[in-house]
Amino acid sequence: MSTAPRMPIESGVPDPFPYMHPTLKNNFGAWSYHDRPRPGVLHHVAKNGDQVWTVRAGTQRQMDVYTIRKLCDIADEFAEGFVRFTIRSNIEYMVTDESKVQPLIDKLQGEGFPVGGTGNSISMISHTQGWLHCDIPGTDASGVVKALMDELYEDFIKEEMPNRVRITTSCCQINCGGQGDIAINIQHTKPPKINHDLVANVCERPSVVARCPVAAIRPAMVNGKPSLEVDEKKCVCCGACFPPCPPMQINDPEHSKLAIWIGGKNSNARSKPTFHKLVAAGIPNNPPRWPEASEVVKKILGAYKENAKDWERMGEWVERIGWPRFFELTGLPFTKYHIDNWRGGRVNLNASAHIRF
Amino acid sequence: MAKKMHDTPMLDQLESGPWPSFVTGLKRLANDEGKPYADMMKDLLGQLETSYQTRKGYWKGGTVGVIGYGGGVIPRFTELVNENKEPKFPEAAEFHTLRIMPPAGMHYDTATLRKMCDVWETYGSGLVAFHGQSGDIMFQGCTTDNVQKAFDEFNEMGFDLGGAGPAVRTGMSCVGAARCEHSCANEQRIHRTLVNKFLDDMHRPALPYKFKFKVSGCPNDCMNAIQRADMAVIGTWRDDMKVDQAEVKNFVAGKGRKYVIDNVITRCPTGALSLNDDDTLAVENKNCVRCMHCINVMTKALSPGDDHGVTILVGGKRTLKIGDLMGTVIVPFMKLDSDDDFEQLEEFAGNVIDFFAENALEHERTGEMIERIGLMNFLEGIGIEIDPNMITSPRMNPYIRTDDWDDEAQKWEERKAAG
Repeated sequence: MSTAPRMPIESGVPDPFPYMHPTLKNNFGAWSYHDRPRPGVLHHVAKNGDQVWTVRAGTQRQMDVYTIRKLCDIADEFAEGFVRFTIRSNIEYMVTDESKVQPLIDKLQGEGFPVGGTGNSISMISHTQGWLHCDIPGTDASGVVKALMDELYEDFIKEEMPNRVRITTSCCQINCGGQGDIAINIQHTKPPKINHDLVANVCERPSVVARCPVAAIRPAMVNGKPSLEVDEKKCVCCGACFPPCPPMQINDPEHSKLAIWIGGKNSNARSKPTFHKLVAAGIPNNPPRWPEASEVVKKILGAYKENAKDWERMGEWVERIGWPRFFELTGLPFTKYHIDNWRGGRVNLNASAHIRF
Repeated sequence: MAKKMHDTPMLDQLESGPWPSFVTGLKRLANDEGKPYADMMKDLLGQLETSYQTRKGYWKGGTVGVIGYGGGVIPRFTELVNENKEPKFPEAAEFHTLRIMPPAGMHYDTATLRKMCDVWETYGSGLVAFHGQSGDIMFQGCTTDNVQKAFDEFNEMGFDLGGAGPAVRTGMSCVGAARCEHSCANEQRIHRTLVNKFLDDMHRPALPYKFKFKVSGCPNDCMNAIQRADMAVIGTWRDDMKVDQAEVKNFVAGKGRKYVIDNVITRCPTGALSLNDDDTLAVENKNCVRCMHCINVMTKALSPGDDHGVTILVGGKRTLKIGDLMGTVIVPFMKLDSDDDFEQLEEFAGNVIDFFAENALEHERTGEMIERIGLMNFLEGIGIEIDPNMITSPRMNPYIRTDDWDDEAQKWEERKAAG
């Protein structure tokens, strides 16, 4: 007789309190204020006078068990055996004894983990899966992030930007990386190449037709087999058909390019949250270090750093100076592709006599 | 004899530079002779190097799961095969990911992390991402045979699989009340209440498409909830913000009046702040939109009020299919103190998910559904009254029938009278 299989314990999201640093647990909901004594360090003071220093360090996100154990060793030695991670894969150590802050920083830096990512820094780039694990990637994720963070390292460990800078990457146009002050995303430039021998067996054709945002896909018989065809004049090369129908290959080693978008903001501080806007496209997808993309990113960051006022996020800066000046300051070309003709695009046209000369 | 390392000239170039290198980590695992994952990681490096050379991805999905659940494992099978249809990198031919939900707020003690490493060293690749974009711990690289064994171990530790496919997805909440004075909500309780109430919709995917909850304790929205979540819960307050005038004076003394005027007073989006002649701050609380800017700058002098609650927005998502959508305010303020309050939150989320399940088209997110049917139909469907906080401005086009204007105006007067 076979034994009954083990059924899962549907425990859901774990209660965080058993995993939480005791000073955080004791002062839950009872914090008074914070300041930042130096880049990479937050100092929080509770209403009862308890203090905690948080040291933030960058990681490679995709970590081998030895790296994780090393981070644990550091926590055991300096931080009472507790850590937490930020949304951008930075690790945070909480210490209640100020004298441990500097030795902890020294240890982290000595082991190769940059301390920073706080305040007006460029924090770790939000990171998707890419060639390492995604089934539809146009490029890699970990490699792009590593290459860029090497270039932006000094701005991670310092707080010298006008306001915080949040960069995202996405290896397809679904944009799992999300909105960013700067977003580096795949932008396909050619319609999918269809393997008509496989479509009928692999794809649920009506749902593939329904996925297309511009109704460019229709059922067709090709070489006597039921398949799909794409009206290439209508196709916007978004790749939405590829996940439900892998024989509609959208990724192309040469024609899947990188595009750079700026001015996305999630916070409600000052202005309402905003979406990022296209500033550059046609950038080659060039592993292992994507130098052309990082050149554009550094150009934009340089203009922002030099010209934005304190507390202005990237998008707020451009809002103040205007887009013509942005293209002038960065030297990036302004093209017809910057003008939105998608539904609702009229809202982005200048319907005023507001012109800067 | 140990399996040979593949040449990885392109990946090797990602070992230099000051940022921690994932390639060095992958190689460490691949060279860890005697460990069950060493050969798998050698072949994983081989496949990844091939992607770098050809600029193409080589993974396809499939069906792999654990007993009792319909989702939460991301199956990956290699597509790189030779002329005989045999995998070119056989040891990494199956490289599945287990999505495991972290404690709310991503807190860990090192014993737990070490135990996770031990499990993953036994059954998986030794490669872990803290965390994926949806907020899961991603245990990356597991054979089909080992998925159940690894899951059973994590599950016995008190951890559960997250969401994948057309399902309620893993949620996220900020550090919040655990360490942040801006927190206006019990983020971890909201996060756990919402996700854990709908575990059936997470573990047995049967919704039109994904549904995400994200929780930020204040309008700084560190979880990017408005932009990414189908249901964003944002902590806020409805009484006056708190001003410690002595600390305001200290701040002005330290930074100077110009700094305060340029960086605090004139940056208020609604002009609700004014610096008095005696270097104290005047706040027009009626016109404060709770943007957080002044509080972010003057952390010691200014803080949110005491009458905490949440604003709920519905329908945020990224590009596909109809374009980017931010969430829309559906509940301007909900008190979240008592158990009854939390039941009300659960009920609200249940109404949204039920309506979504019944009315969205296949592969349509809540925001797209609302766009298609109109906000009014959505509000009627979930039983929520209209509120002028839901809009940035009234309509600008006249294409609407207003036959029953008087009845609608009467409803507004009655609601106003009821308070």
